[in-house]
Amino acid sequence: MAWNKENNRYELNKNLAQMLKGGVIMDVTTPEQAKIAEDAGACAVMALERIPADIRAAGGVARMSDPKMIKGIQEAVSVPVMAKCRIGHFVEAQILEAIDIDYIDESEVLSPADDVYHIDKTRFKVPFVCGAKDLGEALRRIAEGASMIRTKGEPGTGDVVQAVSHMRKVNSGISRLVSLRGDELYEAAKELQVPYDLVEYVHVNGKLPVVNFAAGGVATPADAALMMQLGAEGVFVGSGIFKSGNPAKRAAAIVKAVTNYQDPDMIAELSEDLGEAMVGINEEEIKLLMAERGK
Amino acid sequence: MTAAVLAVQGAFAEHEQKLDELGINHIELRERADLDRDFDALILPGGESTVQGKLLRELGMFDALKDRIQHGLPVLATCAGMILLAESIENDDRQYFATLPVTVRRNAYGRQLGSFFTEAEYDGLGKVPQTYIRAPFVTNVSDGVEVLSEVDGHITAVRYKNQTALAFHPELSGDLRIYRDFLRQGQDSSQFHL
Repeated sequence: MAWNKENNRYELNKNLAQMLKGGVIMDVTTPEQAKIAEDAGACAVMALERIPADIRAAGGVARMSDPKMIKGIQEAVSVPVMAKCRIGHFVEAQILEAIDIDYIDESEVLSPADDVYHIDKTRFKVPFVCGAKDLGEALRRIAEGASMIRTKGEPGTGDVVQAVSHMRKVNSGISRLVSLRGDELYEAAKELQVPYDLVEYVHVNGKLPVVNFAAGGVATPADAALMMQLGAEGVFVGSGIFKSGNPAKRAAAIVKAVTNYQDPDMIAELSEDLGEAMVGINEEEIKLLMAERGK
Repeated sequence: MTAAVLAVQGAFAEHEQKLDELGINHIELRERADLDRDFDALILPGGESTVQGKLLRELGMFDALKDRIQHGLPVLATCAGMILLAESIENDDRQYFATLPVTVRRNAYGRQLGSFFTEAEYDGLGKVPQTYIRAPFVTNVSDGVEVLSEVDGHITAVRYKNQTALAFHPELSGDLRIYRDFLRQGQDSSQFHL
């Protein structure tokens, strides 16, 4: 071999997230849905047994999906396939790595397996994406080895308010670090409960060291464009597509809205005749706040 | 000169940063109206070829760009961009610009665990850093196609008249030589007699 395949693994994993930018990652539960998503322009799909809205409805413990079901989706599409494991459940992550998954989402959508510790993601070759409500959470996940971050939002609600709030919090956290004097960064690292070198990186570069997507409650092309205008580098759409009246059309419209998020004329046109959006529930109406899982 | 970067999906911002470092003016192509602006060279970035190909068509840019490529517009294509240019894709029945007479294999190294970094000889430049992310490689070339780089017996970079296609990502390294090499063509597009 002319090269060492294991070198720079973390760089390579951050690089894959860079290739997904400007794209839409869609939750799918069957190979048929995966095909619909790919044909509609998904840059990756998230394979899971139940979409978040159904996890809410069903209640009980939500776990990693059946590997056989994930493999069926891997065979159905050529775009990257992601899958979720429970927070802290490193054996579920080992299983996903064993079946050659492209990205693992250590996700608050599933029931947490550990109420204190997240997975030590530096021990894996496969990349991880993790949710974050603010800059501290984002940097803690990156310190643990996450190579991509997404807002938590409030999954399965069709309500974008939490995703907006989390994106704003991450961004205002970044602005604050940029504005600090160099000698104030040590205290900032203490407050954020994150390693100093990550605080210094954000202070110097004015951004996270990994790609940051929006997730949790995006249901319309306008929601997707809103998140992009707020600084998201791409969008996850979960329940919003396959809980709507015309999934293929809505999915394709959201994809175009993410590309041309600064073109209101185009988004207006894309928003016509999409059929029914997912009904959605307001954040204050729900009993289970998934975003509060894993901090 | 002005370079246009296809900006419908993928790692286009990384290419723009390289152009900034070189002091090259650039514009983004996101929709049909963007094609009315003047540009002398085109960059097709990495990302997902299925998404980019679909958006090129649905946003009304496909035919006009294909025509300009066929008429000599210098184009640098990386990873997904190579798939967009390829005349045929061995393991996919989709076809996009099909202006580059080569056959490529998509995801030729497998899934993300097959992604890798190496340094390899590149025609006229010596060793260059090469990052491969779920990359394709070229399995067959027609007459007239120059092979610029190979890794482990697989062709990973080619040139055909005005088209340069790389299976790897120069935008992810600090090395600007491939850009300089390419932009020299853009500064004198008259060298292409098609």
